[in-house]
Amino acid sequence: MLLRGICDGLKRAPRLAGAIAMAALILSGCSRDAGDRLVITGSSTIAPLVTVIAQAFESAHPGVKIDVQAGGSSRGIADVRQGLAELGMVSRALKPEEGDLAAATIAQDGIAMIVHRDNPVGALTGGQIVAIYTGKVRNWQEVGGPDAPITVVNKAEGRSTLELFLSHFKLDTPAIRADVVIGDNQQGIKTVAGNPQAIGYVSVGTAEFEARRGTPIRLLPLDGVEASTAHVARGDFPLSRPLNLVHRGEPGRVAREFLAFAASPEVHDLVTGQYFVPLAGR
Amino acid sequence: MILSPVNTSFRSPAADRALFRALAFSAGAVAAILALILLYLTLASASLLFVDAGLWQLRWQPSAGAYGLVAMLVGSVAVSLLALLIAVPPGLVLAVWGRFFAPPWVGGLYRGAMGLLASIPSVVYGFWGLVVLVPLLNRWAPPGASLLAAALVLALMILPILVLQADLALDEARRRHLAAAMALGASVSGTVRRVLLPTAAPQLVPAVLLQLGRALGETMAVLMVAGNVVQLPDAITAPIRTLTANIALEMAYASGEHQTALFASGWLLFVLVTLIMLGARAVARRAGEGRVDAH
Repeated sequence: MLLRGICDGLKRAPRLAGAIAMAALILSGCSRDAGDRLVITGSSTIAPLVTVIAQAFESAHPGVKIDVQAGGSSRGIADVRQGLAELGMVSRALKPEEGDLAAATIAQDGIAMIVHRDNPVGALTGGQIVAIYTGKVRNWQEVGGPDAPITVVNKAEGRSTLELFLSHFKLDTPAIRADVVIGDNQQGIKTVAGNPQAIGYVSVGTAEFEARRGTPIRLLPLDGVEASTAHVARGDFPLSRPLNLVHRGEPGRVAREFLAFAASPEVHDLVTGQYFVPLAGR
Repeated sequence: MILSPVNTSFRSPAADRALFRALAFSAGAVAAILALILLYLTLASASLLFVDAGLWQLRWQPSAGAYGLVAMLVGSVAVSLLALLIAVPPGLVLAVWGRFFAPPWVGGLYRGAMGLLASIPSVVYGFWGLVVLVPLLNRWAPPGASLLAAALVLALMILPILVLQADLALDEARRRHLAAAMALGASVSGTVRRVLLPTAAPQLVPAVLLQLGRALGETMAVLMVAGNVVQLPDAITAPIRTLTANIALEMAYASGEHQTALFASGWLLFVLVTLIMLGARAVARRAGEGRVDAH
């Protein structure tokens, strides 16, 4: 946008020969950019994934420049509507009032409730999880465990995992009584792995990876569905959401190619590398 | 060993002048950058800082529009003071021991080890706290991540530099007064207690205040072990959130008023640390004047 503004300005008032030469130079840059430059903004959950996909895409298509900026799903939608970005990253399904946009799912994200491996509690119902997180249940005994206080591990405000957790259990931040507030998934896993009385939630991909590596954590099933990337990919795990790239109207050539690339099996490794779940059956 | 313009000047006055200008410019630039940071923070947080009384309350719930910083201010100050309380006494004892009671080669080795400890990045201390200290504390007082855990990690972090600074101050006092005290027949422990520690005190106080500033500004190590629950701690084992941890936890996801409130956290921290540094300088200057009188 800024560059375009400078281009317009120079086009209108090229007073000096130098300025004209410069304008010509920048303008040639602008015209090429307009075709082969792709701006993608939005969810900070998806941004790291789209960044690595964009790098792979750029190396396969020399001359194409992809600019990825994080700023939240709402910014992704606002930028696409205002034309500031061609594609927006939105880490949820589109709402009915967002019918002017089209979404392409590139991966699934799910969150798993985790406890320490030595915790005998095999499963918790949604109601029990809500009771634990709102402080109504404060001892594992009340949900079939040993007589030990529960350490409630919650995510910091603004994290996408927190949003998904809250919206799934229909909770509100002020209602939650947390003992430990964490930032990223790794901190959550370390906290639960070091505390047999803790319960927390992290991204399914990260939790599965760590549990397989021998970290002493256990993923709790939810509503009878095992918490695994396989179930998230199939879309039947309740605590999951699609990671979407949204666009408005007909996307440009580069955007179209990028969308096809981002949904192809070629990016599966990149998706699992970011602890997300690739789409099933592709 | 007094440095004066006479014995430190270059041979060529022109080079001297050029160096003076370069240094004056650099110092001015640093001061200007600091002033600009304060100005920027003030402007960025002005809408909450001066207009609204919303910052001076306990409730921090950005989703509900409540941006109280009081609990986190208390958390920051409490954790730093507790860390000093834990670190200063052993720091002084270790410095005295290393300088006066340990065999010289052990003392030298010891100072080397302290220098090494001081160079470990804080995030390593935090990680150790997260995987070792917090589970340990959890067995005694769940959830383990707490004011105490953060203070212990901070104490461990500031201890090496504290020992080294105390050691320097004591060494200077030793060179000046030890021979005289010995000649008067005083014992080593008596000299340390009655002569050397009081002489070194004016240098020890700013050293401690500098470490207080460092403790207040520490982010990652505290973030990993403090529990980060926004509340006034009702016990030493209760989780707390500090101003720095608050910024680090939420900045990436904040926008609008929430972001302004985080800038206000930064402003508050900046002002707090500046006041402490000014205090440290005032104490150091008074100590310097005292030394001139003594000569």
